[in-house]
Amino acid sequence: MQHTEQVIQAVNLTKRFGEFTAVDHINFTVHQGEVFGFLGANGAGKTTAMKMLIGISTPTEGSATVAGFDIATQSESVKQRIGYMSQKFSLYEDIPVMENIRFFGGIYGLRSKELKTKAAALLETLEMGSHAKTLVRDLPLGWKQKLAFSLAIIHEPKIVFLDEPTGGVDPITRRKFWELIYAAAARGITVFVTTHYMDEAEYCNRISIMVDGRIAAMDTPANLKTQFQSTSIDAIFTQLARGAQRSGD
Amino acid sequence: MRTLMILLRKEFQQIRRNPAILRIIFMMPAVQLLILPLAADYEVKNVNLTVVDNNHSDYSRRLINKLAANDHFTLVGVTDNYKEALVTIEQDKSDIVLTIPPHFDREIIREDEAALHLSANAVNGAKGNIGAAYAQSIIADFNNEIRRELLAMPRMNPAPVIEVTTINRFNDTMAYAIFMVPGILVILVTMVGSFLASLNIVHEKEVGTIEQLNVSPIKKHQFILGKLIPFWLLGFVVLTIGLLIARVVYGIIPEGNLGLIYLFAGVYLLALLGIGLLISTVSETQQQAMLMSFFFMMIFILMGGLYTSIDSMPEWAQVVTRFNPVRYFIEVMRMVIMKGSTFRDILPNLYVIGGMAVFFNGLAILLYRKRS
Repeated sequence: MQHTEQVIQAVNLTKRFGEFTAVDHINFTVHQGEVFGFLGANGAGKTTAMKMLIGISTPTEGSATVAGFDIATQSESVKQRIGYMSQKFSLYEDIPVMENIRFFGGIYGLRSKELKTKAAALLETLEMGSHAKTLVRDLPLGWKQKLAFSLAIIHEPKIVFLDEPTGGVDPITRRKFWELIYAAAARGITVFVTTHYMDEAEYCNRISIMVDGRIAAMDTPANLKTQFQSTSIDAIFTQLARGAQRSGD
Repeated sequence: MRTLMILLRKEFQQIRRNPAILRIIFMMPAVQLLILPLAADYEVKNVNLTVVDNNHSDYSRRLINKLAANDHFTLVGVTDNYKEALVTIEQDKSDIVLTIPPHFDREIIREDEAALHLSANAVNGAKGNIGAAYAQSIIADFNNEIRRELLAMPRMNPAPVIEVTTINRFNDTMAYAIFMVPGILVILVTMVGSFLASLNIVHEKEVGTIEQLNVSPIKKHQFILGKLIPFWLLGFVVLTIGLLIARVVYGIIPEGNLGLIYLFAGVYLLALLGIGLLISTVSETQQQAMLMSFFFMMIFILMGGLYTSIDSMPEWAQVVTRFNPVRYFIEVMRMVIMKGSTFRDILPNLYVIGGMAVFFNGLAILLYRKRS
């Protein structure tokens, strides 16, 4: 794959909470249109790193640019150009599907006409046409996640950050979810995704594996397998994570 | 502006579908305003009285009859044994024991003066105290009657009889409803202002939607206004329902301009919402927010002048009430509803509450962070 534009660049990115260093001088680059997998055990620092990139946590040290803007000084410009789906599933559960679409489209500045077309297309793709008026809380989890993802990219961001987007759903739903991710990447949206499902790691163009706040390995899945002389990402992950000092929570 | 409208639309969509909020807004004013003024009333009735009559004269019987005829007192018994009477206090059968000495009649006629002894049960302090005060005023009245009768006798000093008559200005019948209802209305508006808004924001923290807003281009002031405006309006809804109930059920029609109440309520709600915002920025869970709100509400209500008159509080407590927004609104409510006060009269209170609104909201905006 030929990548031109670098959409995320992290240089010595560090976050400390008192004595505890959650993210320890990490360096990486993500290219436009890439599906970048951010792997690590619980407590390895994935979510903290992501929170710095999306501008809701200030780095203690180091810097990063996202979509060409500095995350520390230009975070509002960053926020215009990214989408985010947290592991805490964050749609408004107590209002209907259509109202959520209207809300999340609206706060990213979509005009009503545009919003209408988008909403129709979105409901069509998700096969939820008959559920526009259903309260989000009444949808099955898999549907909620697909809806949350579709809303995270409703404003066609440059990059979408997904924090363990497929937790708690069955393999078939997860596959369908990844089809949505690929469709987004094909449109040029860069996908930055954290996960601890190793089969999902295989779907990524490139992956990084975090251990104790540092990046222990980073490359394409195929290259990593050669490098570690292993047949699966799962085995590599286990090998690296075994050396971790921090226990998972 | 468009973003704010979008935030407001979402907020009202949520409120409309939240039965708990609707219940609080419509049921709470109705229930509190219909029940509290009837139950929470300062008037002491049914003071149980036991008389120890050691005299058994016409005078002592006249006094006993006079006391028994008063509808504040219920005559529990007449005995000639003081110890026996004290037992009735211990058993909580009587609140007050009046002892009439053996030579009561003779003392009145020959020596111009007679001593009576009152002992009050102070376990229910208010009842005992107020009962004793009532009894004293009835005895004073009795005293005057006797004096007038005895004046005819040449031996007596013709002492002038002074009678004090009281007129209760602005509430001539001392009706408790008109005194309590404005105060209770303030409490209701206060609850909506401080509780609902802070719970709402902390709920967004708990479910994680606030994070979604924080990564969006929504500005801090848009978010805060988006939360303030809906609850500001709800406060007015509660106030209006309350004023309607006051009018229909208790016949309370403000002497002054209704607009003044709304004007003050508008500023007052801003101050309260500011406190609510502050509470929500320092709370992580709804329980924390609830407990903290409850703590402030208790102080606000107990020290707001609704149940206890601020003038009769100790000096230090009066100083504390100056920081209590509830106090200022209760004052304004009573002034406008009972006295018909004008804009000029409520201006000092408006200044204070306006200052509080600026202070609390300023602090809340300062402390609210989109990032950590």
